[in-house]
Amino acid sequence: MIDLSLLADGGVGWLDASGPSSHLVLSTRIRLARNLASHVFQGRCSETAREEILQVVESAARESVLLRRATRYRIDRLDRMDRQLLHERHLVSKELAGLEGEGRVRSGASVLIQDRIGVMLNEEDHLRIQGLHSGFALDQTYAEVDRLDTELGQRLAFAFHPEFGYLTSCPTNVGTGLRASVLIHLPGLVLTKEISKVLQGLAQVGLTHRGLYGEGSEVVGMFFQLSNQTTLGSSEQELLDHLGKMVRQVMDYEEQARQVLLRDAPTVIEDKVWRAYGLLRYARSLSFDEAMNLLSGVRLGVGVGLITDVAMYTLNKLLIYSQPAHLAVAEGISPDDADLPLRRAQFVRKVLESEVGRRG
Amino acid sequence: MSCDQCREREAVIHLTQIVNEQVTTLHLCERCAAEKGVESPGSAVKTPLGSFLAAMGKGPEQTPSARSADTCHRCGATFQDFRESGRLGCPDCYRTFETPLRDLLRRLHGSTHHLGERYAEREASAEEAREKVADLREQLRLAVETENFELAAELRDRLKVME
Repeated sequence: MIDLSLLADGGVGWLDASGPSSHLVLSTRIRLARNLASHVFQGRCSETAREEILQVVESAARESVLLRRATRYRIDRLDRMDRQLLHERHLVSKELAGLEGEGRVRSGASVLIQDRIGVMLNEEDHLRIQGLHSGFALDQTYAEVDRLDTELGQRLAFAFHPEFGYLTSCPTNVGTGLRASVLIHLPGLVLTKEISKVLQGLAQVGLTHRGLYGEGSEVVGMFFQLSNQTTLGSSEQELLDHLGKMVRQVMDYEEQARQVLLRDAPTVIEDKVWRAYGLLRYARSLSFDEAMNLLSGVRLGVGVGLITDVAMYTLNKLLIYSQPAHLAVAEGISPDDADLPLRRAQFVRKVLESEVGRRG
Repeated sequence: MSCDQCREREAVIHLTQIVNEQVTTLHLCERCAAEKGVESPGSAVKTPLGSFLAAMGKGPEQTPSARSADTCHRCGATFQDFRESGRLGCPDCYRTFETPLRDLLRRLHGSTHHLGERYAEREASAEEAREKVADLREQLRLAVETENFELAAELRDRLKVME
């Protein structure tokens, strides 16, 4: 079993709902794709080459200021539950955790984490430098990621082309190698059926959307990850400014949609919100998807001021800790245990009960 | 990730649907998506790489140009490998397949010119670059001598960028 307590705040500092606009935006994530000039790309790397990459980057990290004290996890040496745990905490991608398709982990797959930043190693690219912040915080997140990139770049030779920029295994990431994602909750737009139009509009201005866990994941609980599609032909700052501008616009639309709902269908919304709350408080069995959808309803209720005795932070915690691997670890059972939905309902009831007790 | 329908081919179309307030996402490969009649402009925008690669596999573009039939001298990858996997073999593939890639990058990103931060090359890589320039000059001399002017023109362009 891995020890997540080695990480400051257990690696879930991004959940604390302290960041800007955190009633709508859960987190901001930025990653930079980098490759070593000395090695071929991941698809053609031998096991030995991956070990070399690991050694070279880890030694550079030890000499750096920002990753000197980093906690390191060899993903390829962890069992499935631990890998899933790191993925559920949004610390590693699904691909790195080997949870895609047949569930094979690439040899040498590792992650270094120190506070809000880190590096995934032997992912689709040799390095994926990443940063994760609570709330809507593109500039702060980029400032940290950029510093780490500079530090590592002084110690490592990255593959760089004078015209194409940073070279990546997939041409969709070439240039800046930058992907910035904002995880945003949009129930107002879903309920008013405006969401398709908004998502289409975003696609037209070069932005893309994904589900809760990023690339290839489902949209659950009305959470959307909005991110830039292109990485070449604009500077990092231009990419961030464009995404930031569009996210602010989406936030405005979402607020407007909520006002429309409260004005035109107040009883429908109240009923929806309180039903969700009631089910979470009293249900005896909850699947993960159901829990996500109900938490989404309560989150909307807290956002529009219908529910006043539940904190956003509590909802964020429930979102993470009711996921299969987290729950299984906390309860000491297997993530496939048939009892999991019962334990989930019990866990959610207990947290909400103590929250209301504490606040009321 | 693999296609939700056939579970064999790579999913390139990610369709988000909202039915009765339930949001579901369907991941489909090009073929299954076509069978289901999913060819909205939205999905094409979302997966430009997939549709580009698919487009290269059919129609008039099928005959690969002499350039794209090359093999990367460093990693041995061919352009066909890239078409199948969507991944390049090594940094040098960007030079080997420069012509077809430039076309792809223009379609994917609307540009081929990196305008972001420039990587400050280290001492060691500056040394490597000097060696590379010397190597290219030698190649250029040979190309001119053997009257291979097409290659010579390309080498001259590459030298111009490096110097």
